Amino acid sequence: MSQDPTPTQSSPPAPAVGLHDVRKVFGDPTFGFVALEGVRLDIQDNEFFTLLGPSGCGKTTLLRMIAGFEATTSGEIYLYGEEIEALPPDKRPVNTVFQNYALFPHMNVRDNIGFGLKMLGWAKADITARVNEMIAMVKLDEFAARRPAQLSGGQQQRVALARAMAPRPKVLLLDEPLSALDLKLRQEMRAELKRLQQETGITFIFVTHDQEEALTMSDRIAVMSAGEVQQIGTPAEIYDDPANRFVADFIGETNLIEAEVTAVNGDHITCRLAGGQELAAMAHGANIGTNGWLSIRPERIDYADQGLQGTVAESVYLGTDTVNRVTLDGGLTLAVRSQNALASPPRNAHDPVYLEIAAGAARFLTD
Amino acid sequence: MAAGIGGRTVSSAYAPVRLWLVLPSWLIIGFFLLLPVLLMLVYSFLTKEFRGGVIWEFSLGAYDQFLFDRGLFGDEPPSIEWTYITIYARSIIQAAVATIICLVIGFPTAWYIATRPARTRSIWLFLVTIPYWVNLLIRTVSMKFLIRENGPLNEGLMGIGLIDTPLQLINTDFAVQLGLFYSYLPFMVLPIYAAVERYNFALSEAGADLYASRWTIMRRIVLPVVKPGIIAGCILVFVPSLGAFLAPDLLGGAKNWMIGSLIEDQFKGAAGNWPFGAAAGMILLSMVLVALFFYARAQAKEQV
Repeated sequence: MSQDPTPTQSSPPAPAVGLHDVRKVFGDPTFGFVALEGVRLDIQDNEFFTLLGPSGCGKTTLLRMIAGFEATTSGEIYLYGEEIEALPPDKRPVNTVFQNYALFPHMNVRDNIGFGLKMLGWAKADITARVNEMIAMVKLDEFAARRPAQLSGGQQQRVALARAMAPRPKVLLLDEPLSALDLKLRQEMRAELKRLQQETGITFIFVTHDQEEALTMSDRIAVMSAGEVQQIGTPAEIYDDPANRFVADFIGETNLIEAEVTAVNGDHITCRLAGGQELAAMAHGANIGTNGWLSIRPERIDYADQGLQGTVAESVYLGTDTVNRVTLDGGLTLAVRSQNALASPPRNAHDPVYLEIAAGAARFLTD
Repeated sequence: MAAGIGGRTVSSAYAPVRLWLVLPSWLIIGFFLLLPVLLMLVYSFLTKEFRGGVIWEFSLGAYDQFLFDRGLFGDEPPSIEWTYITIYARSIIQAAVATIICLVIGFPTAWYIATRPARTRSIWLFLVTIPYWVNLLIRTVSMKFLIRENGPLNEGLMGIGLIDTPLQLINTDFAVQLGLFYSYLPFMVLPIYAAVERYNFALSEAGADLYASRWTIMRRIVLPVVKPGIIAGCILVFVPSLGAFLAPDLLGGAKNWMIGSLIEDQFKGAAGNWPFGAAAGMILLSMVLVALFFYARAQAKEQV
């Protein structure tokens, strides 16, 4: 423990939340279900940080461990440099927005929002002032006297948010807070959440399985799968430079094709595809002869007058874009997404086409 | 939206069918519940016939007898008759104490069962209802054997040297309480269990997240949310306890009469005064109805 192996800055301010080799096993420590393994990440102060992954990947468990509802099996959790494992949930200066809101059904909006302040022993006048402020912040002035059952889903969402933010926690935990809302409302709430985070300066840790949500709101994202963190980075880093096939496939859409490295020049490599074609790509430390996969985003593939030769197998019109499935000579099929500009020629099934894939568009992944 | 409109259309189209479906239960309730109550009401205003039965002649005698003492021959100036008021007061206190004991023991029991894994819950529930497979009379009589002067309880306590002389348990308020508690505990456990089972434990987590201690979570979140179950349990224990006659009769003896024993005596026992028994029943019924009415009104007010 004396030498901290975290390879970040030399002496930065303590991160808002630090997770050090966190492990969680449900049931028997040896044979039980491993929910989290070797989770190690630092969430900075004032950051909108997202834990993204499919259901069962351990993201909610991780959030519940930060809140104090689950104990760690091993590893430490730090809050602004202080170990908090021994603190019960009611002693941790973090608040949670629960997945299904968990609003107190027997209290009205006002009492729900003021509950935490009351528990903290605030004076009545201060509680009233803060509750009014929160009610205005989430625009619920007309509904202050209503009970949760008399509110719509979106309004309940806002109450949950106001209730968790009223005590001005240093860190706000959000457990899939938008999943119960319909699409339109969800999109509105994304902007709303981002605005609230920026206005208050509270560190947000946001759990979601929705990659679009994660990409649009987050400063940084941790992509999780099977209890392990796969990659941590900004939305652009994760989208453009995925660490492995799981990340490439989970975030957005991609073509994953098997390839073998035939030439290496720093990060620039040349690969041979299954159909025999040679393609320039980017990689981090690949060796000649290594087998792996190329991840190529459909919208990064261009039509050209020469290059990879193929035939349109299927064409799907999406309004702004068209996605064509192009079968290359040798049998490989690639999805190609192109904008429907006024001048773009229609490409129908059975049309012969040439594809051009710039070196920066293809990422070589080994696992 | 569509479902709501559709639902309304369907329900109005099927209204006649629904009426036929409801009719049997209305008939049963009307014939076996409302009619007997009405009969009791009428009987309570009739004149008693010596040793059971009635004479069809209007009389306020039963109610008068309940409230006023007019001397042995009915010719003295009326004074308040305390005998029956005392029995009613004792019954209310006994029933209230039984309800509180059932609540104090029943709530943790229900909580424990409701928080077991789903598979074991049904086993616990079955165990709670097991005593009900044995007739109440038999259970009460065996209770009498257990606590009598030289019964197993006293013998056991003396055997381990806790007491020297047998405790007077039978024919006491304690014995009555024991009988009531034993008879009605499941009526407390089951509704509370149902409420706790529906309780969303994320609410408790939200409470802890918002800095509430365990005790505060219980007091300010859990109890208010499961309150309907608690109140249902209290009503289900209090009301039958109020009118119970087996436990007071068999365990309490003649000195510890409750309303139930008084009424039973008018119809089956030595007193043989039907109008008076009917009047006593009507007074009990109106007390319960008034209490329920005030409760319902308080509930309605709270909902707004």
